[in-house]
Amino acid sequence: MLLLDRVDKTYPNGVRALERFSADIPQGEIVAIIGGSGCGKSTLLRAVAGLDRASAGLVSLDGATIEAPHAKIGIIFQEPRLLPWLSVADNIGFGLGDLPKDVRRERVATALTRVGLADKAKAWPRELSGGQAQRVAIARALVPQPEVLLLDEPFSALDAFTRADLQDHLLDLWADTRPTLLLVTHDVDEAVVLADRVLVMRPRPGRLFDDITINLTRPRDRASPLFESFKRRVLTALDRSLDLSVPDGAGKSAAGDAMWW
Amino acid sequence: MTLDTTTLNAAAQAAPAATRTQWRVLKPLLGMLLPLGIALAWELAVYRGWSNGRLVPPPSRVLATIMDLARSGELTRHVVTTLTRVGAGFGLGVVAGTMFGAICGYWDVARRLFDPTVQALRAIPSIAWVPLFILWLGIFETSKITLIAVGVFFPVYLGVMGAILSVDRKIVEVGRTFRLSGAAMIRRILLPAVLPAYVVSLRVGLGLGWMFVVAAEFMGASEGLGYLLIDGQQLGKPAQIVAAIVIFAVLGKTTDWLIELATAPFLRWQDGFRAGGAA
Ligand SMILES: Nc1ncnc2c1ncn2[C@@H]1O[C@H](COP(=O)(O)OP(=O)(O)OP(=O)(O)O)[C@@H](O)[C@H]1O
Ligand SMILES: [Mg+2]
Repeated sequence: MLLLDRVDKTYPNGVRALERFSADIPQGEIVAIIGGSGCGKSTLLRAVAGLDRASAGLVSLDGATIEAPHAKIGIIFQEPRLLPWLSVADNIGFGLGDLPKDVRRERVATALTRVGLADKAKAWPRELSGGQAQRVAIARALVPQPEVLLLDEPFSALDAFTRADLQDHLLDLWADTRPTLLLVTHDVDEAVVLADRVLVMRPRPGRLFDDITINLTRPRDRASPLFESFKRRVLTALDRSLDLSVPDGAGKSAAGDAMWW
Repeated sequence: MTLDTTTLNAAAQAAPAATRTQWRVLKPLLGMLLPLGIALAWELAVYRGWSNGRLVPPPSRVLATIMDLARSGELTRHVVTTLTRVGAGFGLGVVAGTMFGAICGYWDVARRLFDPTVQALRAIPSIAWVPLFILWLGIFETSKITLIAVGVFFPVYLGVMGAILSVDRKIVEVGRTFRLSGAAMIRRILLPAVLPAYVVSLRVGLGLGWMFVVAAEFMGASEGLGYLLIDGQQLGKPAQIVAAIVIFAVLGKTTDWLIELATAPFLRWQDGFRAGGAA
């Protein structure tokens, strides 16, 4: 269970990026975080990753407070951030430093096959396409078998086709060990395809506006009417979150009203 | 008809491939064209009597001088002396520059403490130290090696510090998310990230080392290539001066090439504009 308890973040320059953000995320759930630009999504993710400390409030995983990067929490950034001096295979094995060599090699080989890059094991990162590089980044984050995987707009730099492909891929990989996924995205489609639950944030200061459960079975059909209606619901919440005349806490009731099907 | 086009195509593809391999063999030789051309032209000019070649000796006379020096064993003595000085000075300068650069790059307090002073010292033309070094350390090897080391120190220091300061925060964060310890962070992230810039600073440092060995040998030496230069000037032997210059060029280029060769395996990953291409 990943617990966010009234997390506050004020940057040294006085920007209040997060205000009393709370959420309980059960193990294995896929949660999408969506919201306008600058509403503190990356800040939130970095706090959960332990890369930045929250100014107040608490992040905890299975009862252990997160104050620094944690062995059971992995992160995938918007850019692949591969180490250019390591081959693709060595990049994937980067987080397995303390395992014996043969175990490491085997896990890397499995992961490479799993992301469909078995033939690229010896390639340099510069020889990969953007989508391939991001797949390597996904493999690198998954190979230490984290309990929580954080993704900050991982597919936003890719074209629509590659993005859809990688989304399916991610779900495939997720099904292996079922880690908790916390996914920041700008893309409503992506949120509804992947998530069990969509958290809508509103900016200045960043806070939770709405919490929408997507109870669609997987695999999801992007063309089904139900999918469309969930998409519309998230879009409506997103619109309202940016409308300054809508008071906080109106998110929930609005979502209730919208259950018209 | 169709048969004809395929043979034509094959021929069209074979022709450029052949010229391409020829080109690959010829390309390194291209750089030799200019110096060889000039040398040959000068040789011809002296041979034909258009110039007596007294002040600018023709290549054949320079070569003869080098041969003479080599036969008497003097060449080896001078080259070994100079190489030893450069080696010792370069080694000291690199060790000191790397240590100071790394400390100042990694540790903010140290940078604030030392860097302004080092930068001020850097502003002094290193040759200006010569009289002081001679007073302090005598006219023998110590002062010479110190001068060379000072010359090498600054580019290496600046290179290492700058490289550490400009390591991408995003890549360091990757190390942090995998919870690397301080030592592992240095070994697995910082060192490889600064290596390309470090190699460049080593090569710049080596170039300065060769520059300063001449200055050091000008200030009173009984052997070494710099001594050959001075000796040639005082006794009016331009061929000996040019011979020493040529040997400097060969040694400088060779040592630089050795650094390049030794570090190339560690830098193959680089995404330079020549990556995987020529060179
Ligand atoms: N290092 C920082 N120092 C000061 N202010 C910051 C810093 N990082 C972010 N901010 C501010 O905090 C707020 C939230 O930023 P954050 O990056 O979390 O937004 P975001 O929701 O991820 O936006 P986007 O969707 O554009 O990526 C913004 O107003 C931003 O200007
Ligand atoms: Mg962001």
